[in-house]
Amino acid sequence: MVKTAIKRIYTFLIFLFLYAPIIVLIIFSFNSSKSRAHWTGFTLKWYAEMFRDQQIMTSLYYTIIIALTASLIATVIGTVAAIGIHNMKKLPKAIMTNLTYLPVLNPDIVTGISLMILFILVKLPRGFFSMLLAHITFNLPYVILSVMPKLKQLDNQVYDAALDLGATPGYAFMKVILPQISPGIFTGFLLAMTMSIDDFVISFFTTGPGVSNLAITIYSMARKGVSPKINALLSLMFAGVILMLLVINNRMSRDNGRKENVV
Amino acid sequence: MKKHLLAYPYGLWIVIFTIIPLALIVFYSVFTTDAAGIHFTLEHFKRVFEPIYLSVFLRSMKIAAISTIVCLLLGYPMAMILAGKNLSKKSILVVLFVIPMWMNFLARTYAWMTLLEKNGLIAAALGFFGISVPSLLYTENAVILGMVYNFLPFMVLPIYSVLVKIDKAVLEAAEDLGAPPMTVFRRVIFPLSLPGVSSGVIMVFMPALTTFVISRLLGGAHFTLIGNLIEQQFLTTRDWGFGAALSVVLMLMIMFSMGIAMRYEKENEGGGLW
Repeated sequence: MVKTAIKRIYTFLIFLFLYAPIIVLIIFSFNSSKSRAHWTGFTLKWYAEMFRDQQIMTSLYYTIIIALTASLIATVIGTVAAIGIHNMKKLPKAIMTNLTYLPVLNPDIVTGISLMILFILVKLPRGFFSMLLAHITFNLPYVILSVMPKLKQLDNQVYDAALDLGATPGYAFMKVILPQISPGIFTGFLLAMTMSIDDFVISFFTTGPGVSNLAITIYSMARKGVSPKINALLSLMFAGVILMLLVINNRMSRDNGRKENVV
Repeated sequence: MKKHLLAYPYGLWIVIFTIIPLALIVFYSVFTTDAAGIHFTLEHFKRVFEPIYLSVFLRSMKIAAISTIVCLLLGYPMAMILAGKNLSKKSILVVLFVIPMWMNFLARTYAWMTLLEKNGLIAAALGFFGISVPSLLYTENAVILGMVYNFLPFMVLPIYSVLVKIDKAVLEAAEDLGAPPMTVFRRVIFPLSLPGVSSGVIMVFMPALTTFVISRLLGGAHFTLIGNLIEQQFLTTRDWGFGAALSVVLMLMIMFSMGIAMRYEKENEGGGLW
């Protein structure tokens, strides 16, 4: 079949286009010379140098700390907010939902700059704390948008039954509602984490001297030109991403499996 | 139970960190402070329409439009191929398609820097065949390539998700009624896939219009798009008024194109985001 052959070739070419740059990047992170075109032998020295690089290590530390803290805080505020929004009347609910979409739809550069102006005006020194506030802000919608659908699926009668059987609202929430919406909360948390780790533009505008995440460090290094140390760093990050993807994928298929069992 | 009160802390958060900051941008775009105090001005917006800045807007729109069209032309067939695969193959291919998206876009852009630069692999490969190319990096084409590379999945995935949902019976009916494959595509598949195409177009056009990183890294320090212009106003020239006016125009452009696309989607599906 000529048609299947064409389809295969096309698929192959598109995937080549998508993966070739990444694969070249990874291969040349092991190249012993600085050249990006000629293979001169295998080495791990760029990885060793990367781990010795103070700037890279500090920004790795900030990336992780900010991603963890921001997504945890956003998960708590966001979950509480989702429950609140879910129980609102029609009009305020619509307003809140649309406001939640706002930071998702707004261009990153505008969000970043608007927050920068705010921080400068209230004289909040730009650095760790301002970046953390910015990250919580753009993480919140992802948590809310993952928890809301779970709340919609909830059967309110179970919660009422728990109350009828003498459970306090708090106890009923912990034992009835929370377990049912927890997959949504966890997905929201992971999404928020990924967004946080991945963010460059908003962090770039809301941080100050001395505090930068990996993306900012890569940007400032890449502006000066190509360096094998960045190759090593990005290869490791790619490995990390694949690992995280596998974990999430595992979780999701487990969730789906559970749902099917219940039904 | 007043559970809806639980949304109030978040409401406060939105007011402080989303609404007030956006209001500040609008404020700075139309007010200026001098010795006489704060007063209203349209000076900043007038500057946006000066020829040199207007040309930056036109260039950004041109590059974003070209990238979107290239993504559509490359992405649509890919989405069709993905949608046509059987189930197990499909999910693997879709995951493979998404993985590069999970890598930071800076990393993806940087990867092309290493390929395109003067001593890079592509120049070396072409040189091996005796073709010497002028500079590959720091050109307009490099910027477009970077955008297509970064945003192609945003085009393929929405189209794909619409295509898989198309009822096979409709296609079979068209074939039974004697439509040749081209007509089935033109009269049935393509019109049904338009909601996916419109969200794909938005998802590629918006980031392509607002980016300042891809143009900076692949286009060089002198390659200016709207994003770069805005960044300069706030970080280099410190002309907040003009930068704010540029941001407001950019936001309006995006809301406008989003509005068109949303209305379009509503007609097709009944109920979009808004």
